[in-house]
Amino acid sequence: MASRGGQKIPTLQSSYLGYNARLMLEDNSLFQGIGFGYPCDLAGEVVFNTGMVGYTEALSDPSYRGQILCMTYPLIGNYGVPSKEIKDEYGLPKYFESENIQVKGLIIYELSDVASHWSCIKTIDQWLYDEEVPGICGVDTRELTKKLRVNGSMRGVLSVSKDDVLDKAKASKMMKSRRYGTYEGWNFLSEVSVTEPREYGDKNRDCIVLLDTGTKYSIIRNIIRIGYRVVCLPWNTGYQKIKAYKPKGVVISNGPGDPKVCKSTIETAVQLIDTATPTLGICLGNQILALAGGADTYKLKFGHRGQNKPCISLRNNHAFITSQNHGYGIDAKSLDKTDFETWFLNADDNTVEGIQHKTKPIIAVQFHPEASPGPYDCMFVFDEFKAIIDKYYESNDSNEDKLVSNPSSISSSVQKNLNRKKRRKIAKT
Amino acid sequence: MYSVPITTSYVEKVIEIERPDSILLGFGGQTALNCGVSLYRQDILKKYGIRVLGTQLKGIEITEDRQLFKSAMEKSDVPVLHSGVAYSLQESLNLVREIGYPVIIRVAYTLGGRGGGVAYNEYELQEIVQRGLSLSLAHQVLLERYVGHWKQIEYEVMRDNQGNSVTVCNMENILAMRVHTGDNIVIAPSQTLNNFEYHMLRSAALRATAYCNIVGECNIQFGLNPSSEEYCAIEINARLSRSSALASKATGYPLAYMAAKIALGYTLPELLNSITKVTTAYFEPSLDYVVVKMPRWDFRKFELVKRKLGSTMKSVGEVMAIGRNFEEVIQKAIRMCEIGKNGLVANDDGSSASDLENDVENIEQALLHPTDEIIFDVVRAMRAGMTIETVNQLSAIDPWFLIKIKNIITLEDRLRRSNIDEDLIKEAKKMGFSDNQVGKCWSIPETKVRGLRKKFGILPVIKQIDTLAAEWPAKTNYLYMTYGGNTDDIIVKKKEEKTAIVLGAGPYRVGSSVEFDWGTVNMVLSLKENGIKEVSIINCNPETVSTDYDISDRLFFEELTFERVMDIYEKINPTGIVTCVGGQTANTLTPMLANNGVNIIGTASVDVDRAEDRSKFGQLLDLLRIKQPAWKEFTDLSEAKKFVSTVGYPILVRPSYVLSGAAMKVVWGHEQLNQFLTEATHVSPDHPIVISKFLQDASEVEVDAVSNGDEVIIGSLIEHIDNAGIHSGDAMMCIPPWRLDRKTIETIADYSFQIGKALNIKGPFNIQYLVKEDEVSVIEANVRASRSMPFISKFMRLNLINLAAKAMTGNALPQKIKDHWLKSSGFGIKVPQFSFMQLEGADIVLSVEMQSTGEVACFGNSFYDALSKAYMAAGYSLPLSGSALVTVGGQKNKEKLLPLIQLISSMKYTIMATEHTAEFIERNNFKEIQRVYKLSEPRREPNISNLLYEHKIGFIINIPSTSTIEKYVGMLYDEYQIRRKAVEMGIPVLTTLESATSFIKTLEWLKRNTPTVDCLGGYMNI
Repeated sequence: MASRGGQKIPTLQSSYLGYNARLMLEDNSLFQGIGFGYPCDLAGEVVFNTGMVGYTEALSDPSYRGQILCMTYPLIGNYGVPSKEIKDEYGLPKYFESENIQVKGLIIYELSDVASHWSCIKTIDQWLYDEEVPGICGVDTRELTKKLRVNGSMRGVLSVSKDDVLDKAKASKMMKSRRYGTYEGWNFLSEVSVTEPREYGDKNRDCIVLLDTGTKYSIIRNIIRIGYRVVCLPWNTGYQKIKAYKPKGVVISNGPGDPKVCKSTIETAVQLIDTATPTLGICLGNQILALAGGADTYKLKFGHRGQNKPCISLRNNHAFITSQNHGYGIDAKSLDKTDFETWFLNADDNTVEGIQHKTKPIIAVQFHPEASPGPYDCMFVFDEFKAIIDKYYESNDSNEDKLVSNPSSISSSVQKNLNRKKRRKIAKT
Repeated sequence: MYSVPITTSYVEKVIEIERPDSILLGFGGQTALNCGVSLYRQDILKKYGIRVLGTQLKGIEITEDRQLFKSAMEKSDVPVLHSGVAYSLQESLNLVREIGYPVIIRVAYTLGGRGGGVAYNEYELQEIVQRGLSLSLAHQVLLERYVGHWKQIEYEVMRDNQGNSVTVCNMENILAMRVHTGDNIVIAPSQTLNNFEYHMLRSAALRATAYCNIVGECNIQFGLNPSSEEYCAIEINARLSRSSALASKATGYPLAYMAAKIALGYTLPELLNSITKVTTAYFEPSLDYVVVKMPRWDFRKFELVKRKLGSTMKSVGEVMAIGRNFEEVIQKAIRMCEIGKNGLVANDDGSSASDLENDVENIEQALLHPTDEIIFDVVRAMRAGMTIETVNQLSAIDPWFLIKIKNIITLEDRLRRSNIDEDLIKEAKKMGFSDNQVGKCWSIPETKVRGLRKKFGILPVIKQIDTLAAEWPAKTNYLYMTYGGNTDDIIVKKKEEKTAIVLGAGPYRVGSSVEFDWGTVNMVLSLKENGIKEVSIINCNPETVSTDYDISDRLFFEELTFERVMDIYEKINPTGIVTCVGGQTANTLTPMLANNGVNIIGTASVDVDRAEDRSKFGQLLDLLRIKQPAWKEFTDLSEAKKFVSTVGYPILVRPSYVLSGAAMKVVWGHEQLNQFLTEATHVSPDHPIVISKFLQDASEVEVDAVSNGDEVIIGSLIEHIDNAGIHSGDAMMCIPPWRLDRKTIETIADYSFQIGKALNIKGPFNIQYLVKEDEVSVIEANVRASRSMPFISKFMRLNLINLAAKAMTGNALPQKIKDHWLKSSGFGIKVPQFSFMQLEGADIVLSVEMQSTGEVACFGNSFYDALSKAYMAAGYSLPLSGSALVTVGGQKNKEKLLPLIQLISSMKYTIMATEHTAEFIERNNFKEIQRVYKLSEPRREPNISNLLYEHKIGFIINIPSTSTIEKYVGMLYDEYQIRRKAVEMGIPVLTTLESATSFIKTLEWLKRNTPTVDCLGGYMNI
């Protein structure tokens, strides 16, 4: 009789009592909780993510380097952690975005004591322990999120211990120390980038160089999907070295921290623009391209982290639900004096979510078209990049104008967007 | 507003009068959608040049036609289940070779879906297919890959005419694919899907809806293999559905409102999120809580009903619980259902582990074939020592949910083993235990646990539902309470001005439906009108308007239990609580709230008690010299029998403790009384019974009224069309009374004035009267809003709840409307709607226990003008020619029926009758009676069975002998079979003399008249 239900679903149950744990924020607020994962003390920038699924993808996203992540969704760990041995069709771990957990610490309301899924091989608690990352559960994460929303992202100290947690004085000292506490102005790229070139995909295909400022596996997946081989190069690789690979185009990846500290990548980007190399920037790559083009970036109050962020394409006024994870943004005004123009706008707060070069084959998005975690609605960005490359070489082969004309003019749609905003104002009143 | 049947012909008439430019089809459920499709197919929309707003009919047709749907999904690159049709065993075997086992076999063209099954191997396939082919009238079976153990996942999609799409919510059905989503326990968002699965299905949902060119809202269901990433699309509902209502409440995203805007041509990005009022409506809500929907079944109300859950929906209502973990929400949801449970555990029905071990086989069956008790069967299984794996294999419930359930059981055991302990209370509260449950474990009363809890500072917090997980500030007060947090989202300071809480009515059920929600909503609006500054609602039913967050100043989507109401009361300190519009649920809480110092706005609790306590009410009536049927309360059987021998049978028995079946029963003889009192209930000093004389052939009249203690304003008198003995919720009713003489009307009005004043009522009330041979007696008075108040308020154009709010806030009642009730013109008739079709096995004979699940009301210039439309609206077919089957039990009934037979025969219907009835009719000089044979004699022709199948019977008069002798003895089983088959075939069955008479007279009227079509105001002269 029992065989009739189908296959057995792997189920793991953890039954441990938990450590002492406390989170202290810059504004001195304290959150008591139960510790899990690996007991230790650390400081970092506390940020929140509103996604309801995808903790394995999120925790392994290198953009979270240096940050303590709070999940607003209250139940974490339900489906456990899958094996890294499960690979996608390109040979990359299917459910992870890098080899390791990238967040410094994890803050949640409830740690699921049961992991149930056909793919799971360990609990999230065990995963964190194995990778020496601490976690705290039992926190009123909604209250914490509201604090971050009102005060902006804050530094915090997470203390998880079998015995006593750090007292206030020690925690506050740790928070202020440059070694542990600094986020802004810190260059994390050496921690997340490859140090040696790595190749992915079919060796016979044309190559795209991926400047690895902390790339997610899904960016590699998508570049292979659109028909290329990926050469992943360190974040500080210079233009000449890139050129040596004879790439059809360059992708500047996502990554952690303040874009302004990525000086050598910005320099490389300047040359990519100058040479009109087909380039796609994603997230940090978007900001780097903007800075290289002469625009400015700034730190958002509490960032955009979630899977439900609406963006509007100014080309055709179409709206897209995007996956986002960024703490910095492009200053919209500063784009005016550059050769870039806005491609996507955030429909909630009108921040810049994507740019395109007015004359050259260069596009960039602030959101994550590779999704993972999040919706797959914007994968077309990669296909668009391929189309740009194809068009570029088509016109190059026929020895015509080296510069690719803009994929589509947006001046009229900008006008439409203004109208849209006006309408919204009317709706508000 | 036109109150007419939603049928093509009536809607066309309204179109002809109103000449609209456009029509919306997606907002009135399947009824409206079906009507829209036939308006389109009959070219009526074309004829009047009407544009369909929202999803176009081409898209709707894809979602309604299996074949179109299949090919549309294939074109959208969305897999569907492999299936096919077979006419022989060999064809079935060939088909299964492609489909693979297990396979589900459905038998085509058989009544009640009998004969199908699931085959796991060739041996079982042979057995089921051969049986199925012989049962099928078309010798046809349908085979489909069986995926009962797959996860059932739903997405709600919003899409505008520019193709901008979002999924507002996804939901996981805990009882997997095998149970209809309407009967499933549903959790949002999904809990056991990882990122890839969640977004794989989301993308499929968007592709499928884009292909159907949905404009507005739709729901799409998927099956997902729990052991891989294999999935299939099951169906799309191209309209607002039950799931959309749930999704709206679960997320705070107003789906119907947005769908209407989109139908008008707005795009999603240009609309605003109505919670934040600054961000766009083009987004996907992010939840920082979980919700569980639990259905409410009322099988107890139906005799012979099959309680198995499956592909047909059988529940009558639902509740939604919000919290921060699964344990909390599942326990809240169970309490909200009001089925006498304190939660998942610590109920009074616990059997010991050793009993359960002996019962393993039964439990296995229960898990394999779930009923409404499934969640408790899971608990029993675990207590009996079954492993999580075994329970998962049998029940198809994901281990994740099972282990969470186990957590609750474990905590109960720990509570029972421990002494009073602060940390344990804290843990229990986070796991959704009520004070009552904790008290049960420690053998102390609920109130003592409450006291301890407050001493330890263990209090729930108020959290907001804001669609964006706190990322943006929320402007609305859509709230829930949880122990999963430390800080209140809102803090309410005690105000100088008056504030109030209105208690809603909880889940829809037999006996309490949307009418009480109408009362709740109108009370909130009217209190605001009458000077109450802030009004909050507590309710937990996601299907209601009262739980729209923009109705009240604060919406607490919460349990209607003493504990939770007090929690909220103490947090927000209102001036008082209104309990008189939430039906029985809210009413029951009144004394306990009042005893704990809560100010009840409206009639004082002691006065309510004077109406509800039978002896106090009896004394009051004696004092007023108003009659009531003889009654008495008993604590032992012999005393009861003595009383019965003085008043004589029939009697009405109301036990205070019910073992099984209905709580109230009309008893016709000694033997039946013995049986009822031993098998169905106990009589003891703790569980007394009330016996009252049952008046036969009496008519029943109700009065809905409002009083402020000094004055009484009558809304209307309503006369039942059926005789007394049918529950007022199941009776057809008419305003104004059309058979009563003036003196009786005056007496009833006078009694109502007297009782209203004597009870010092401040607010709405309802009194039920019996009228027999000009003598008026009182059945009962309910000091609260009644089920008929919306009907009266609409027909009389006098909002009784608004008047009640005036009375309750101490404002004067308007004088000029005092005689309003005397001045009505036209007729309004309310007809109950039953769900017997969906309730496999249920007998349709009405009794003193209510069974209807809805109602319709239509209006007309004459009695039959209104009645004919009301019948049609309730789904009766009204055949103007053809045959009538008459089968009547008992000599007395037969005699009473003769005048009606005369009428039927004069109207040229062919009369069919079973042997005894036919003999009797012929003996009374009727000719050409066609003899037909019972279902129990299948070899004799013409057999009723075939006549029913072939639709050769227009309507059936089947008056069972129940009303004179014992019910359901073997000989009556045949009649029951006839009634069941007829219901399944959609043939009207009249089971009382009065209903048969009014039905036949309606047909007679229809032969010479056409019902009028007019808007509501058109029937009013006031």
